[in-house]
Amino acid sequence: MRKGVMRPGHVQIRVLDMDAAVKHYTDLLGLIETDRDDQGRVYLKAWTEVDKFSVVLREADEPGCDFMAFKVVDEPSLQQLEKDLVEHGVDIEQVPEGELKDCGRRVRFKAPSGHTFELYADKQYTGKWGITEVNPEAWPRNLEGMKVVRFDHCLMYGPELAATYDLFVNVLGFYLAEQVLDGDGTRIAQFLSLSTKAHDIAFIHHEEMGKFHHASFYLETWEDVLRAADLISMTDTSIDIGPTRHGLTHGKTIYFFDPSGNRNEVFCGGDYNYPDHKPVTWQAEQLGKAIFYHDRVLNERFLTVLT
Amino acid sequence: MSDGFEITEQCSGNRFHCEPGQSVLKAMEQQGLKCVPVGCRGGGCGFCKVTVLSGDYECGKMSRVHVPPESRACGEVLACRIYPLSNLTIECRPREVVETARQQTTTKSMR
Repeated sequence: MRKGVMRPGHVQIRVLDMDAAVKHYTDLLGLIETDRDDQGRVYLKAWTEVDKFSVVLREADEPGCDFMAFKVVDEPSLQQLEKDLVEHGVDIEQVPEGELKDCGRRVRFKAPSGHTFELYADKQYTGKWGITEVNPEAWPRNLEGMKVVRFDHCLMYGPELAATYDLFVNVLGFYLAEQVLDGDGTRIAQFLSLSTKAHDIAFIHHEEMGKFHHASFYLETWEDVLRAADLISMTDTSIDIGPTRHGLTHGKTIYFFDPSGNRNEVFCGGDYNYPDHKPVTWQAEQLGKAIFYHDRVLNERFLTVLT
Repeated sequence: MSDGFEITEQCSGNRFHCEPGQSVLKAMEQQGLKCVPVGCRGGGCGFCKVTVLSGDYECGKMSRVHVPPESRACGEVLACRIYPLSNLTIECRPREVVETARQQTTTKSMR
């Protein structure tokens, strides 16, 4: 958080059929619908999140990710980051307050990987959902499905990892938590963090720009991951892989798809970092184990199915 | 088994039964066949693109990036989002051709 960029704030996901998508993200994942706007977008949040929304669904004729946003600590930091982005040669777009309901102005820019990101400082604080602010109970009793705890991170696929690293680390203040290096020492995967978390955003090298691999949601325990797997079967939801463990981050995980083919992850655990930790490195020849610690073989679908 | 349709995949010669209202890809997966690659199963990733050579079917929603209207008109569709109304003959193009097609598509960023 060296530059005031604090945490993932929201992700806007394109879906082919809004009703099916809302059912998936609320009934199955357990996100809570908090609003809709006159563009037809639906706003959702996970129950522990303190701001009004973290996931926005937009109906479109192709699925994928419109943008991911990070929340900045305050307006002066946002203004400084704006200057730093411009000085770095990044084209920025001003998105006015209220374009997303109850969200302050956003500074939008494209990373060299082809993905659109935003920074903002203000969003309506609605508090954790279903529990009181004073003397809070452990959890609300009327959560649905997987009862996801929070929107945690995204994994993006695209080119120009080095230039993207430069932007995220040197301008936005992320640090490199974990990486995959090929035989020449070229970084083919980078897991970047703002916090003690294993990643707040990750990139894997891919020739085509701007592809979306997954949006990930946090669960507390391995038992919750197994229960998520049960719910995926009960609802006949398209599964990708898992439950299993990653080598990278060591998170315990399961992957599945929303009804438009966007990949979701729910996971628990994973490594932590402090500023004195060195980045963790995996060698590309161990990529199978790095991605799927138990199978230790690459799965073509996981590497190539993207929206 | 009076209800349902027979699907024939021409490259592999595989034949499988598909229930009314069931997608071709789901029917194939349920019968343990692999003649069409399985991706997201949601019309989004374009992995299961096939060409329908004969027969009638209905389409669900599919990503316009992978199935633009002109492709749809000539039967190039996603197996996860087609629901047969008669027996079908489909052809699953070799993966290299699909890959080339994927690389030629450009993803519009927003709006």
